[in-house]
Amino acid sequence: MAEQERTFFEYLAYISENHSPLDFMLVADHIDKFFYGALLTIEITVLALLIGGAMAIPLAVARAYRHPWLNGPIFGFTYFFRGTPLLVQTYLVYYGLAQFDFVRESFLWGPILSNAWWCALITFSLNTAGYTTEFLRGAIENTPKGEIEAAQACGMSPRRMMWRVVLPSAFRRALPAYSNEVIFMLHSSVVLSTITLQDILGVGRWLNGRYYLAYEGFITAMIFYMILVFFISKGFRFWEKRWLGHLRPRDTANT
Amino acid sequence: MDSVWEYRGLLLQGTIVTVQLALASLALSVLLGLIGASAKLATNTTSRGVANAYTTLVRGVPDLVLMMLLFYGGQQIVNDLGSATGLWDYVEINQFIAGVWSIGFVFGAYMTETFRGAILAIPRGQIEAGISCGMAPLLIFRRITWPQMVRHALPSFTNNWLVLIKATALVSVIGLHDLVWNASTAGRSVREPFTFMFAVLIIYLILTACSDVGLRWLDRRYNVGVDRA
Repeated sequence: MAEQERTFFEYLAYISENHSPLDFMLVADHIDKFFYGALLTIEITVLALLIGGAMAIPLAVARAYRHPWLNGPIFGFTYFFRGTPLLVQTYLVYYGLAQFDFVRESFLWGPILSNAWWCALITFSLNTAGYTTEFLRGAIENTPKGEIEAAQACGMSPRRMMWRVVLPSAFRRALPAYSNEVIFMLHSSVVLSTITLQDILGVGRWLNGRYYLAYEGFITAMIFYMILVFFISKGFRFWEKRWLGHLRPRDTANT
Repeated sequence: MDSVWEYRGLLLQGTIVTVQLALASLALSVLLGLIGASAKLATNTTSRGVANAYTTLVRGVPDLVLMMLLFYGGQQIVNDLGSATGLWDYVEINQFIAGVWSIGFVFGAYMTETFRGAILAIPRGQIEAGISCGMAPLLIFRRITWPQMVRHALPSFTNNWLVLIKATALVSVIGLHDLVWNASTAGRSVREPFTFMFAVLIIYLILTACSDVGLRWLDRRYNVGVDRA
């Protein structure tokens, strides 16, 4: 095994030195850094999606049923976060908050608000909560009337109807939009590299800066992102088959 | 807030650069989208394959990565190609050009899907009717396909445009002096980064609100003959 590995690396080195414009050896030497970068990218993306998703459910319900005094502020929140670039939102939190003395003197400053990781997580969560709220609201509003009438006819209380009928069916209808949101969030996570964090792109930029290269780091980063997106869309296709099977057009009989 | 007013000239300059960048990338993306859509709808398997590879690639890679690859690597490729073929002299790829090409390239893929869906929504019989009237392909495109395609494509086009205008903020990372870059420089120099970033957010909200008005006008115009519930 060790013998085989060495010959593979020798082969790689040979190609890099003699034929290819790209230096594969250098990337192979630092591939562990890329995996750590991927770990950070996945970590922040998944945590933000979980926190943002959990925030979005009550907000979407309040919006869908036009809660008298919550609807307006929630719309303001989603409009603000959907109408502005994530990059600027992140800058606002990470670079901007230090402007205020009361923030720097508060107990949150040391552990959380002066830390790039936490600032990114907070901004990303709020951002994805804004987007998720709106399409989840759409899905809740599109609940077929018959389902609600059936639930009422069974004597369900509004709360039970929410948990048993409206939300499960809305989640299913929101699934295709959510798969886009997940991929979008992964793409947006490149913002991490602009606030000094070493995500996949951050590692690529570091590699290029250190060895004064033009392609290697970015192309490796590109491949890493493509692999992640591939697995995400595979996963969602599986879940759509599982949870949305009843909405697929039936296979027509062969004629 | 006074400091923002003091730097209004710088912010205005940045806003103009951002808007120019957005419009230029939009034009490129529409062009690429039309080419991509016709390639996807063609009977030729090769062109379909190329178009599918294009949209898959873009769906898989974040725009900032492409932008950096183009900005740092594109220069080298273009000049190597130029000196190898002798077709062109030294070309400089500045931040603006890298931004336009990468944003245009990315959104061209989304526009491809938009236009493909819109063309498919036009009943086939109308195009056949045009052929039987003896219309030339270009005339069919101008009189039958285009007006209806715009109508079907507008909602998704609007969505793409709103995402595109936000994507322009990323160009500040490679150093174009756009709105975000100018504002963060000014914010650092007067030690009020929050105020300036907040002003940027407000300007972006104004830009999207303005384009909303324009697009709604277009929507009305292209839906003139359509009954809506």
